[in-house]
Amino acid sequence: MSELERQRWDVVVVGAGGAGLRAAIEAREAGARTAVICKSLFGKAHTVMAEGGIAASMGNVNPRDNWQVHFRDTMRGGKFLNQWRMAELHAQEAPDRVWELETWGALFDRTGDGKISQRNFGGHEYPRLAHVGDRTGLELIRTLQQKIVSLQQEDEREFGDHEARLRIFQECTVTRVLKDGDRVAGTFCYERESGRFFVLEAPAVVLATGGIGKSFKVTSNSWEYTGDGHALALLAGAPLVNMEFVQFHPTGMVWPPSVKGILVTESVRGDGGVLRNSEGRRFMFDYVPYVFKEKYADTEEEGDRWYDDPDHNRRPPELLPRDEVARAINAEVKAGRGSPHGGVFLDVSTRMPAEVIRRRLPSMYHQFKELADVDITAEAMEVGPTCHYVMGGIAVDSDTAAAAGVPGLYAAGEVAGGMHGSNRLGGNSLSDLLVFGRRAGLHAAGYAAGLAGRLPAVAGEQIDAAATEALRPFSAEGPAADAPPENPYTLHQELQQTMNDLVGIIRREAEMTQALKRLAELRGRARRAGVEGHRQFNPGWHLALDLRNMLLVSECIARSALERTESRGGHTREDNPAMEREWRRINLLCRLADRSPSFGPVEPGAPPADPVRGQIDLARSTAAPIRPDLLALFEKEELVKYLAEEELYA
Amino acid sequence: MATGTEPHTDTGVRGAARAAIAARHLRTDRWWLAPAATAGGLLAFIVYSTWRAFANSDYYAAPYVSPFYSPCLAENCVPMKGGPNWEIFGSWWTLSPALLILVFPLGFRLTCYYYRKAYYRGFWASPPACAVAEPHRKYTGETRFPLILQNMHRYFFYAALPVAVILTYDTALAFRDAEYAWGHMGLGTVVFLVNIVLIWAYTLSCHSCRHIIGGRLRHFSRHPVRYRLWGLVGRLNERHMLLAWSSLISVALADFYVYLLASGAFVDPRFF
Amino acid sequence: MSTYDARFKVWRGDGDGGGLEDFTVEVHDGEVVLDIIHRLQATQAPDLAVRWNCKAGKCGSCSAEINGRPRLMCMTRMSVFDPADTVTVTPMRAFPVVRDLVTDVSFNYTKAREVPSFVPPQGVAAGEYRMQQIDVDRSQEFRKCIECFLCQDTCHVVRDHEENKPAFAGPRFLMRVAELDMHPLDAAAESGLDRRRTAQDEHGLGYCNITKCCTEVCPEGIHITDNALIPLKERAADRKYDPLVWLGSRIRRRGEHTA
Repeated sequence: MSELERQRWDVVVVGAGGAGLRAAIEAREAGARTAVICKSLFGKAHTVMAEGGIAASMGNVNPRDNWQVHFRDTMRGGKFLNQWRMAELHAQEAPDRVWELETWGALFDRTGDGKISQRNFGGHEYPRLAHVGDRTGLELIRTLQQKIVSLQQEDEREFGDHEARLRIFQECTVTRVLKDGDRVAGTFCYERESGRFFVLEAPAVVLATGGIGKSFKVTSNSWEYTGDGHALALLAGAPLVNMEFVQFHPTGMVWPPSVKGILVTESVRGDGGVLRNSEGRRFMFDYVPYVFKEKYADTEEEGDRWYDDPDHNRRPPELLPRDEVARAINAEVKAGRGSPHGGVFLDVSTRMPAEVIRRRLPSMYHQFKELADVDITAEAMEVGPTCHYVMGGIAVDSDTAAAAGVPGLYAAGEVAGGMHGSNRLGGNSLSDLLVFGRRAGLHAAGYAAGLAGRLPAVAGEQIDAAATEALRPFSAEGPAADAPPENPYTLHQELQQTMNDLVGIIRREAEMTQALKRLAELRGRARRAGVEGHRQFNPGWHLALDLRNMLLVSECIARSALERTESRGGHTREDNPAMEREWRRINLLCRLADRSPSFGPVEPGAPPADPVRGQIDLARSTAAPIRPDLLALFEKEELVKYLAEEELYA
Repeated sequence: MATGTEPHTDTGVRGAARAAIAARHLRTDRWWLAPAATAGGLLAFIVYSTWRAFANSDYYAAPYVSPFYSPCLAENCVPMKGGPNWEIFGSWWTLSPALLILVFPLGFRLTCYYYRKAYYRGFWASPPACAVAEPHRKYTGETRFPLILQNMHRYFFYAALPVAVILTYDTALAFRDAEYAWGHMGLGTVVFLVNIVLIWAYTLSCHSCRHIIGGRLRHFSRHPVRYRLWGLVGRLNERHMLLAWSSLISVALADFYVYLLASGAFVDPRFF
Repeated sequence: MSTYDARFKVWRGDGDGGGLEDFTVEVHDGEVVLDIIHRLQATQAPDLAVRWNCKAGKCGSCSAEINGRPRLMCMTRMSVFDPADTVTVTPMRAFPVVRDLVTDVSFNYTKAREVPSFVPPQGVAAGEYRMQQIDVDRSQEFRKCIECFLCQDTCHVVRDHEENKPAFAGPRFLMRVAELDMHPLDAAAESGLDRRRTAQDEHGLGYCNITKCCTEVCPEGIHITDNALIPLKERAADRKYDPLVWLGSRIRRRGEHTA
């Protein structure tokens, strides 16, 4: 079986969203022959769903903005759990990354003096988000896509081949990162259209596969978000960090059921939208947490004045970081003050003229009109929390985006952990993609070039094992001789229900323990997931393969969430409601358990792993202390809320 | 269950590589209604205007001149006090004087981006409606003679402007009575007023006009006046189809009204 | 009305042949056609091939033809159909079929590569770009495009005439040319590239007979014909068919050179 097609590249980028494309552009411009491999069509990545904007402290709207302020906001938003060096690099480099997009043809909305316009967003002190209406992600993807096309046009002129140095393998999936000893040696892939297997041999692999939201029932994420990169890294021996932190975006659609979870952009609130409960009360004023008391308005009047005069008023609490708003909505609904379909009301219709709403929030207008029969210029939207983003991810080196412990493996974007700490601010994702996508591409290309003649080799047995694993759903057998194999769609639904109910926005020890049991049971059944038909574009088969990844990642989330006995950012424990300063320094690392020398324990036919221990080993590590000059950017009074005594006076 | 196994013969939706579906289209709505109505409407106008253009009679009933015969440029024109009849063509022209002038507004409408859509769909079935396969084996669009001449639309726009000016002049003349005394109005004046407003709206909403006014600019910010005009023309342009039809009907009605008066079938009700 | 059984006909097959298959499937309140296709996958036809991503009309993946009309499945609500009607879903019929509802859309990616990219202006550093909102409005409208390729699918120039594919870029990519030609800082002209002329000569603008089906099917409501294709035709006419404009620009250019 090891006769299948092999191609040699310098760098393979897995994922063609913002981070993947930015990495590919950088690697290619650094001289590496680069292949991008993505599950969807080129240009359809989940990044297109990003609406609000790209956070970058260009200071176009408020000249007092700078990278230090952005850094501060990011650390506050993440409750100081952020890998601070990443937050620093991110804040420093984001403006250049945005400006560079303009030289590739991006057209952002403009200020009166012709600069890039910037809008307010939750947790950002100044208007900071470069945007294009409410379709910024689409602009980002299209710009990067067109930049790639322009690089390919260069190659066409130089070599007569568009794909000489940069090729997109679209609608292909990677099921394994292949290794030579410790080092990365390539990827095992299949073409979704034909089901054909192939191998890309490359010394450097950049994982840029996005998030994990499809493990939850109510999510703003697309089908692609099955945690592939997280799982590939685990299986390749790299650890994941702080997987318990999952962001529930406060405003997803709640009705009709078929669109439940689809995102309602934070720009609605940034531009003046307010949240009300069924009693008509702007309840967010009741939910300003202790650490943010000084920063947010305590009357509606002050909050309303802030939109026009931000220098002399404090911002309204609707613009608190997402975790706070999501919890508040959850609490209101629980207290019986929710909207008819189990959300709360988000209203812009009484705040802005209809024509302004249509101009500034065109796709929201369109989305509600088309999908819910709601005219947002005339009535309030019903919204509720939806699983949106995972802050946790592959543990990486801040400067190089290299995954810990696996030479040649890099990660950028949502799949990488650390940057956002326990909670991500809106707008910091698109900038994260650009900043660390570029860094991953640069360092991956550098690493590949530095190997010279010492290229890793892919062993035939690894390819055979990967092929066998990928084909298993076609020969799956039921639990008994006459019972049918498991239906992957049913398994997926049960997994989503489990994660939603038991490891959701508010967590309890007993429920998470139960979740781990159910995950173990699902894991056993997933081994028997079978599919009909053949390998050509067979979504049942694709889902059966993705189940492995979702189960691995879900276990990481549940296990880490059980371990962290505090509440912080995207992790809320009903049984441990306080944020504990001692936990700030602690990172939870997930690794694949019982790794056999060749492959992981999910090898075909292997006995089910111990249901209690599962497939994941959890370890604690202590974060590096924050550099003093960065600490000096904060007031002491603020730091004492987050940092332990000895960190302050270290 | 439909079959798709019969041999493929064409290069369109039933071509070899496409999904095997025998039907040329699967639309379930009344997609044929719009092209049929378009074709019917255009045909009716063609028949009517051909008859009237060749009739060479009943086109003047003081103070009204039919828009089909204005300006009247041959010696054989009925005398009209105050114009618009200028004997540019002298006596050798013996056909209907309408033919001399109609060529310009008709050319304008023939090359108009909206009418092109209408007759390509309605008459030529290219395509009959969206996602309904067209019957032609070959298609080269407007890449060759004669259809490449559609690119001349802007010249017809230029030519349509003076015609519109003259029709405006006619409308002013319609504020006279049958004895050419000024300051009077009849039902015909209203018909002419409505018609000229629609003619101007249609003419100015033209895509070529929109381009010439401002569309060709790259930096609107450096030409604020043209930008505003472009915006106004753009707003009209959104209703180009509506204006094309309403002005077509109004011009025919204005002519028909004059015909009724001139043939004595009707007497113009005078307001003052 | 909250739940009923709908009758569906879904095209199944591949490049070697296929046909419409009948299904009866449950429909709930507020659902869209894509929900029904997913329910078919989960309950009756696990290997039914379909492309989709965002399910919110933002990515342009789930393009298909529903009752013969090119549409996004995620934006077609079941409530627009009478429960007694049969809903027919087929793949896009202008492109080669791969399997079931999935077509080979590589034509579009080929065409995308044929349009020369944005040419950054010389001597303007990143961060120094200044553009007025009114100057970017036009191109921004075209950049709303989600590349669902429904306009390419419905355009009879290629839908009904496979042989025109090499010569014709299709509405989506002619609109891309218009977008770049209207970009306030694109320096193509300075680099010797005349986008207006190439629109006609290389991208097949002349094939377009402005019958507006692209605009009719655009799920983003972009005025492709009125705002992109016709202005581009007018711009091409400036270059190729208008001696006055041509002469005028020659004289002005000469003036600039001597000044």
